[in-house]
Amino acid sequence: MAELSNLLLVVAILAYLLAMVCHAAEYAFGSRSVVARAATRPARELVAVGAGAPMKADLPPAPPGPPAPPARSGAIAGRAAVIVTALAGLAHLGSVVTRGVAAQRFTWGNMYEFALTITLVATAAWLVLVTRRPELRHLGLFVALAMVLMLGTAGMVFYTEVGPLMPALKSSWFIVHVAGAAFSSGIFLLGFVPAMMYLIRSGYDRGKRSFPYTLGRRVPAAAALERLTFRLHAFAFPIWTFAVAAGAIWAEAAWGRYWGWDPKETWAFISWVVYAGYLHARATPSVKRSTATWIAILGFLTMLMNLIGVNLFFSGLHSYAGV
Amino acid sequence: MSQVDERTAPPAAPPTRRRANWAVALPRNAWRQLTSMRTALVLLFLLAVAAIPGSVLPQRSVNVDQVNAYYDRHPKLAPVLERLGGFEVFASPWFSAIYLLLFTSLVGCILPRLRDHLRALRSAPPDAPRRLDRLPQHAVLPGHDGDLSAIAAELRRQRWRVVAREGTVSAEKGHFKETGNLLFHLSLIGVLVGVGLGSWYGWHGNRLLVAGSDHAFCNTLQQYDEYGLGPRLHPTDLPPFCLELTDFEAKFLDSGQPDSYRATVNVDEAGGAPRRESFSVNSPLRLDGANVYLLGHGYAPVIRYTDRYGRSQTSVVPFPESDATMTSQGVAMFPDANVDPKTGERDPSLQMGFQGLYLPTTPTDTFEARSLHPAERNPGLLLVAYRGDLGLGTGIPSSVYVLNQRQIDDGKLEEVGRSKVLRKGDTWTLGDDTKVEFLGTRPFAVLSVRHDPGEMIVLVSAGVLLTGLMMSLAGRRRRVWFRVTPAGDSTTASSRLVEAGGLPRTDYPGFADEFAALVAAVTGGEPAAERSANGRGQRDRPEPREGTD
Ligand code: HEM
Repeated sequence: MAELSNLLLVVAILAYLLAMVCHAAEYAFGSRSVVARAATRPARELVAVGAGAPMKADLPPAPPGPPAPPARSGAIAGRAAVIVTALAGLAHLGSVVTRGVAAQRFTWGNMYEFALTITLVATAAWLVLVTRRPELRHLGLFVALAMVLMLGTAGMVFYTEVGPLMPALKSSWFIVHVAGAAFSSGIFLLGFVPAMMYLIRSGYDRGKRSFPYTLGRRVPAAAALERLTFRLHAFAFPIWTFAVAAGAIWAEAAWGRYWGWDPKETWAFISWVVYAGYLHARATPSVKRSTATWIAILGFLTMLMNLIGVNLFFSGLHSYAGV
Repeated sequence: MSQVDERTAPPAAPPTRRRANWAVALPRNAWRQLTSMRTALVLLFLLAVAAIPGSVLPQRSVNVDQVNAYYDRHPKLAPVLERLGGFEVFASPWFSAIYLLLFTSLVGCILPRLRDHLRALRSAPPDAPRRLDRLPQHAVLPGHDGDLSAIAAELRRQRWRVVAREGTVSAEKGHFKETGNLLFHLSLIGVLVGVGLGSWYGWHGNRLLVAGSDHAFCNTLQQYDEYGLGPRLHPTDLPPFCLELTDFEAKFLDSGQPDSYRATVNVDEAGGAPRRESFSVNSPLRLDGANVYLLGHGYAPVIRYTDRYGRSQTSVVPFPESDATMTSQGVAMFPDANVDPKTGERDPSLQMGFQGLYLPTTPTDTFEARSLHPAERNPGLLLVAYRGDLGLGTGIPSSVYVLNQRQIDDGKLEEVGRSKVLRKGDTWTLGDDTKVEFLGTRPFAVLSVRHDPGEMIVLVSAGVLLTGLMMSLAGRRRRVWFRVTPAGDSTTASSRLVEAGGLPRTDYPGFADEFAALVAAVTGGEPAAERSANGRGQRDRPEPREGTD
């Protein structure tokens, strides 16, 4: 079973790579998707105006753009990319499940398994998103890229043999805690992609044409990316909060204190505060959206630090040391 | 998420310049500055940054040994860091300053918002704007009979807050969001209060407890190996109880990985009959006013020494483990050995000490002194005997786990022999005809006893926090209006115009759908004639409904 799991992981990584190739083909041949163009219309700011207050003047509806020549080959490549991503996700799921069967438990006993699980969450969330909002498809290239990077690192650097859990990890609160952490981390991971692309795209819109900005040419419109970023973060943040709280409840039962500033706890706190800062910044009109988005990116870096850095650099009570 | 107005500077401040009243203006401006969203943001950011050294440097509250090791490694830097609070970041003045400022800002921010919100909750939904067709959502209801009371009833059924006025119905929904937001921020204060109470009135102690009634311990500070007492607490405030470890069960897998631990104790609490309880790693023993946690375990070899006068003494000392397979090291000391029973005279040079290595599973084929497995599958004890002055009376604190190296270096304590591997029941006769017997082992448990009176407050606050957060992120404030314009005023041909308008007050991509459904509901399912005055497609949902939905 454990070998099957490893094999499936390789299959998944290769499939994500293939999905990237398909997306890149769409990039090369396709035109920007119709809705993405539609979304370029300046979105009217919704301001909280009391009734009777003067309404903000309406912007004229955007003139319908010239009908884009249907770029069939591009669209086909794009659709194929989504299907390949779904297949990759299946292999990925298979890898996680077989590993769980081999270990006779949930797959979050160590860093390797945790990375496998959160990337699976991110892929699943992405597939849900892209079926409901096909116009976001162009983002898939970067989602697949993130998966390849994360899974590749996990497989090559953090690989751990299947093993049982330590006694302290056998608790239902632990399951709740880690499930919540894995789920929210997966969504934050997915949210990181539009956040990056938003910064790139808005740079492109401002006329920057050097390397990372050229990537922004075909991704969905900046405003759409920014809102997607916010949606994903607003969705993940309460779950992350819950996961941290569940961890505290578990720590109380296992170690006698709900919070002890162990490095892992400290970094969970840091991530929480940074993401809270993001939500604040986004709600503050005088803070630019790009500044807010940078805070979200910083938040993800702190999550990565917690996931990887803390395990490598610090010793704490959290027995995730399976490096 | 709404676009909140910044609370920085309400323009209401009249120009009181003439009086040059800076003594008022300065603190007031400072207060406004402090309670602005930007300041909150900066303080949040500072809080995150300030926490980083707490994970990089060893913290005294987490692990004292690591702090001491840091001192050894960086003898110059450590005292400087100490002065800066680097080893107690979360209790340092600068960390406290940041969160206290943040919470001051928080209070200053939510009190006015609370007031505004309560006012908004009590006030009726506002009158309809003059031109409903300028609103983001607008519809004309051609087939409608103009019965506003039916519309109001339908709205009420859908739990809108409704006010019917002359010719119009105003309705509002989603105060939920701001309620949640305020709950969330208020609960943060609850968390802080709970944490504060815990650190003032909480206490904890660590204790290594060897099995057996002769090793029972009672809850007083002297009986703890290490303890911490909240500043508002007196040692006599500790609840009285006694614990005796009767059994300890540790299960291991063949690989040596621990599988489960369970300690069984006799508990004697004041005012109750002694009772038997067992607890394990994730389910502590909950007593009245204290919880007992299982942190670790090990073996305490029972060693009997018979001295040259034929008198026997038994020592049961815990040997802390030094690796994952429970290779354990410790000492057995007999300071009262070889006291002449006739004269009662003690000869300090005849004290006995044994440095020991205990292997729960002794390897049979190698000479490596390492246990193969943490369970007692093939226990063996290796002893090195020392005779001489143990140096216990010198007043210098010494470890109970190692012999006093100074005495050995000074030649006052001399090695007098090394044993072979002793099995349970084996006797080793030393050169002077004295005897050592290995009688077996007793388990010991490392316990942490704690009480934190703020725990419940923090837990409840965290629950409120989460609820408030979800309400705040999922809630959407919006208003709708219905108006009947009598014939004549209307530009349409029909006798009267019934129209509806909607305004989302927070970012709410699904509002168009909700509005359309609402209009359909009040017209009895008929589609409205004109759905949007603004050319914003109803069906085009520009947002993923993920997230806040
Ligand atoms: C203890 C530190 C604080 C934390 C952890 C925190 C956290 C948060 C979070 C996570 C949100 C987004 C969720 C929501 O919409 O309710 C939020 C919203 C908000 N916070 Fe805070 N906050 C803190 C302090 C403050 C302070 C000091 C202020 C005022 C200056 C403030 C004002 C607001 C406002 C007005 C919103 C609403 C934004 C909106 O309309 O959605 N917060 N806060």
